[in-house]
Amino acid sequence: MIIELTINGEARTATVAGSESLLTTLREELALPGAKNACEQGECGSCSVLMDGTLVCSCLVMAADCDGAAVTTIEGIASDGVLNAVQHAMHDAGAVQCGFCTPGIVIAATNLFAEDPHPSPDTIREALAGNICRCTGYGAIMRALEQVAEGSS
Amino acid sequence: MEIVRPQSLDEALAAKSAMPDALPLAGGTDVMVEVNFAGLRPSRVVGLRQVDELEAWDERRIGAGVTWTRLESGPYPALAQAARTVGSPQIRNAGTIGGNLGTASPAGDGLPWLAALDADIEVASANRGTRRMPWNEFIMGVKKTALEPDELIVAVVLPDTMPRTEAFAKIGIRSAMVIATVNCVVARWDDGRVAVALGSVGPTPIRARRAEELISSEPQPSEATMAEFARLVSEEVRPISDHRSTAAYRRHSSGVLARRLLERCLAA
Repeated sequence: MIIELTINGEARTATVAGSESLLTTLREELALPGAKNACEQGECGSCSVLMDGTLVCSCLVMAADCDGAAVTTIEGIASDGVLNAVQHAMHDAGAVQCGFCTPGIVIAATNLFAEDPHPSPDTIREALAGNICRCTGYGAIMRALEQVAEGSS
Repeated sequence: MEIVRPQSLDEALAAKSAMPDALPLAGGTDVMVEVNFAGLRPSRVVGLRQVDELEAWDERRIGAGVTWTRLESGPYPALAQAARTVGSPQIRNAGTIGGNLGTASPAGDGLPWLAALDADIEVASANRGTRRMPWNEFIMGVKKTALEPDELIVAVVLPDTMPRTEAFAKIGIRSAMVIATVNCVVARWDDGRVAVALGSVGPTPIRARRAEELISSEPQPSEATMAEFARLVSEEVRPISDHRSTAAYRRHSSGVLARRLLERCLAA
């Protein structure tokens, strides 16, 4: 079947074969590899996207059930090559090691700051509970996001 | 694969009647794990995300499509606490209380609260209308429910008299993103009646009836009564050993958890 999506503001169509996930469609049909495929069971958050403005794991969304949805992926976070505040702060803080978790963390953190511009460190930690960094680079990630929360980035 | 995405409850029930073999899909957080790992390849799906009626929520009736994120900020303290321990923000934005019932996992974090309150489950079909049954008639065993193939879970219906205090706690191998080793709700009503429900310690949620009976007659229980309460809870659960824990640990922690929650209810 064919589904119609709005991806990062752009109308796209994709062919869906069966019960595969939105993540599969993004990566394999729409050539958007920013959302990563790791655990495929909602544990790691590396596939995080915003669907109709809601933070979800795209590996747990059935693509066929997405017809008409608006999806924001990591590819749509910077505008015209300008990093957003989260990307900028993470870049400055060196909050990237292997980089595999980074797209999901940027999406989850961007979603947090849209809802709460000045979250406490505990709130940041809880908002990122579903995003795992197996390099355990959380210290630098927290330093970057605390800077965004303080409005100094 | 064929998918139908109804826009109303009537359309959804008509679709389920026409295709009783179709898989109901709400948040997808259980279904897609089966697709990704267990080779589930449904030939037909009824996608429920656009059915507004399932998202309705008034004081005594929670629509099956209400997400954990919404329940987290709801008026029921123990259910809100339980909701906050379900998966991650991403999972809570998608997963629903109806999905918890449909999956009927022994570890479902919303289920002990429904059990403690003696909530009813409302299901409906196009041909036979609506029927309502107590939670313990709906949940029949491990991942087994009384839902007929042409039916959908519509709502959870709460009792007229709600507890004065209630509390939820859960034990897992870490404090976030974890499937329960034991989860527990203790609720206490104005008349002193206490309900104790536990999950992950039996095929379905378990009510510790003898412990409830003991404590409901004692408004200010002594230390000895509290200890006996915990002992009875540990005796009444029916845990197994599996990859998450041993039966002995689950039995022990059931009593500890229930007592701790009872103390919170008595102090409130």
